[in-house]
Amino acid sequence: MKMHKASLFGLYAVLELASDPARQLSATDIAEKYAISTHHLAKVLRTLVRSGLVQAVRGVGGGYRFAGVINRTTLLDVIELFETLESELDTPHPQSQTAGAVVEELQSITREIDDLTKAVLDTITLETALNSSRLRAGLEVAHAG
Amino acid sequence: MTDPLTIRNAILADLEAVIALDLVGLAAKETAYWREIFDRYVSAGKDDGFFLVAEANAEVIGFIVGEVRAWEFGSPPCGWVFALGVSPAVREQGVGELMFQEMCARLKRAGVAIVRTMVDRENKLTLSFFRSQGLRSGRYIELEKPLADD
Repeated sequence: MKMHKASLFGLYAVLELASDPARQLSATDIAEKYAISTHHLAKVLRTLVRSGLVQAVRGVGGGYRFAGVINRTTLLDVIELFETLESELDTPHPQSQTAGAVVEELQSITREIDDLTKAVLDTITLETALNSSRLRAGLEVAHAG
Repeated sequence: MTDPLTIRNAILADLEAVIALDLVGLAAKETAYWREIFDRYVSAGKDDGFFLVAEANAEVIGFIVGEVRAWEFGSPPCGWVFALGVSPAVREQGVGELMFQEMCARLKRAGVAIVRTMVDRENKLTLSFFRSQGLRSGRYIELEKPLADD
């Protein structure tokens, strides 16, 4: 699975903002933390604001803050704002029945993979992902110590 | 839910409460199924099978059933959780988590290091719960096909 850059940036932004819903961050704050393009992230943030997951706070000291429901929003909810997660199978127009059957079989297999991918992403809430990240960070600190 | 929550072994008198909890869930099962489960895990008192209920204010508000299974599909002994239910009135208050933690503790004491379960992919509620408890796709992949009519 190759996730679009916008989806990945969207996940970074939402998870970063959801980790402390009271906190406001600018696009630059988030982009610097994840070493990504501020320009691209700003466009992603506009989509997130339109979806209602993120709120834009105007004025001096403004920025963005999380406005969704952390234990109800899944990773798939965020990704689907940017892409459909359907595998793109560049299929020609088969010239025979057997070629058609091969194309159909391959389409069926990619659908199976897509369904499994979605089933995983649709059951991991932002809360679960953040808890796992914190656990992972704690383990890494413990290993480093 | 303000009353203290207790996780305890199921007793035969819990049968009706468990059936009632299961019927409000997604997969209604026959009473006969639960009688058999009670016979096997409550009456027989297996050492490597556990049927726990969550109780608050003298009312059963959740259940979980699990056991050690060995060498199924070539797998070394591991714990399986195959039934879980929490009253809709007390969901998202940590009842399932407490029951699951107690189940994991018992399975660990029974000598296994891995816990598994299997959930319908459409059952987002239960899948999300197990994900929140740290479960991920494991080494085994479930495969199936409809059997053709003769």
